Amino acid sequence: MKITNKYAIEKIANDIRIGIIEEVYYGQSGHPGGSLSCADIMAVLYFNQMNIDPKRPSAPERDRFVLSKGHCSPALYSTLACKGYFDKKELQTFRKLGSRLQGHPDKNKLPGVDMTSGSLGQGLSVANGMALSSKLNHDGYRVYCLLGDGELEEGQVWEAAMSSNKYKLDNLCVIVDYNGLQIDGNIEEVKSLKHIYDKFKSFGFNVISIDGNNVEELIASFDLAKQIKQRPTVVIAKTTKGKGVSFMEGKAQWHGKSPNDEEYNIAMNELREKEHSILEMQKKDSEGGI
Amino acid sequence: MQDIKKATRESYGEALAKLGEENKNIVVLDADLSSATKTCEFAKKFPDRFFNMGIAEQDMMATAAGFATCDKIPYASTFAVFAMGRAYDQIRNSICYPNLNVKICATHAGLTVGEDGATHQMLEDIALARVLPNMKVICASDDIECKWAVQEISKIPGPVYLRLARAKTNIIYEEGQRFEIGKGIQIGEGKDATIIATGICVAEAIKAKEILENKGISIRVIDMHTIKPIDKNLIIKCAKETKNLFTVEDHSIIGGLGSAVCEVLADEYPIKVTRIGVKDTFGQSGTAEELLDYYKISAKYIVQEIENGKM
Repeated sequence: MKITNKYAIEKIANDIRIGIIEEVYYGQSGHPGGSLSCADIMAVLYFNQMNIDPKRPSAPERDRFVLSKGHCSPALYSTLACKGYFDKKELQTFRKLGSRLQGHPDKNKLPGVDMTSGSLGQGLSVANGMALSSKLNHDGYRVYCLLGDGELEEGQVWEAAMSSNKYKLDNLCVIVDYNGLQIDGNIEEVKSLKHIYDKFKSFGFNVISIDGNNVEELIASFDLAKQIKQRPTVVIAKTTKGKGVSFMEGKAQWHGKSPNDEEYNIAMNELREKEHSILEMQKKDSEGGI
Repeated sequence: MQDIKKATRESYGEALAKLGEENKNIVVLDADLSSATKTCEFAKKFPDRFFNMGIAEQDMMATAAGFATCDKIPYASTFAVFAMGRAYDQIRNSICYPNLNVKICATHAGLTVGEDGATHQMLEDIALARVLPNMKVICASDDIECKWAVQEISKIPGPVYLRLARAKTNIIYEEGQRFEIGKGIQIGEGKDATIIATGICVAEAIKAKEILENKGISIRVIDMHTIKPIDKNLIIKCAKETKNLFTVEDHSIIGGLGSAVCEVLADEYPIKVTRIGVKDTFGQSGTAEELLDYYKISAKYIVQEIENGKM
């Protein structure tokens, strides 16, 4: 069922964030920063855009999603749990021995994961293979691929970008989670991307730059991508790393660190307050108040 | 063994084009070497199912993985050095770990690439391929066996590394020969020594067998076309029956066929094994025949090794 209400999607994004914090807290391991930054992207894709059914996770005609930045598995798992692929309680098994929720996504362990990932730079090539397969069979499904911005330092991404262009993959939509930080610090200092928009433009992409933490802008850009023919689309989604948890926002050290008890409680309180305010706004909106 | 010679890459090209007719799920990817790997034969017949990924082997392997998630059967081809070398992480993480149905068919393996020299002579690929979980490793010795392998691997799920050669080698088998994945082929009933060979070295081993038998030494040759899963029972049987074991491969003696045979025997029936292959060194330019002699892998040197073995 497609959810269109802005506040309803914001509420889901917030639920995804709550799940992310649970995972990295109970696992005492994992990557909260880049997972939180892409929660809005995930909410829009899985609840507003993609043709998927949690009851039929292997349906041949479903849209595909490749999490190329595989270390942000907490975002994917939390999204799948929110969508009903499995019980949210299982999020607490993240990264534990025997869990289906591996440190990086394993397609053979968890239904709903379309591709195993973890080694950066490979997802766009995989997504191209899926998109080519869709075209070959005239299946019509779309393929979404989420890349990290630091991941763009991997050369294979640009090999793959040439392939997306060569095969005119208009059924492919790439999203760059442009949060500006990587493990060793600011992307501009580690290895500057310089003109990310122009880079993709010159590789033949339809490029859309948006605020990647704004659900309305995300919906509009994915809707627009569907109208573009003969070219792949990339959505450059400017986001805040650690979005939604005040002490994690914009801090590279929260790339791959788990919260302690105190930090967990602060984070959960903030997210519950946020949930409350979203519900308030939604209520006012439905009453015509804003 | 026949006098007619043919390169297994040629056989691959023909077999793949035939397979394309029979199975519409086959797609073929190449990295700007289709005229050398012979995937061009498939490309001519099925342009819609052929994807030239340009000089981008890493992209090619991961794209093949994407096809496989959508129930296509991708055959990805380039030279062995670029397949198992350049794209190793893609093969490991995007193909073998998710156990995807990708057939990596690598031509120009080994010294017999010849004149291109060390950068293009892949001597480590069997070692790299066989340590990967889920991977099956096959090395075709002649035209007939190669054509069988190209067909057969389409029927078994999961990743396969098929190692093929540039050089023309003697056709060993007759049409109708039966093959089975994981089962070596015993040629002869010799009792003095067993030569276990793979790929282009099977023909060299058969030549060595003929020379030695003229000198009164009885030899059996094993064509170990499947290196993983390897035919343990046949290795142990030959070790018990002939006592003297030799392995021959156009590959490093570290990690390849010789190592695989030694692993089986170390576990099950420890005896001495002489590994004939490239001895922890890079190759160099030369003709295929010159190189097999220089690195002492040709029939002449197999004979020498066995005679020195004091049986």
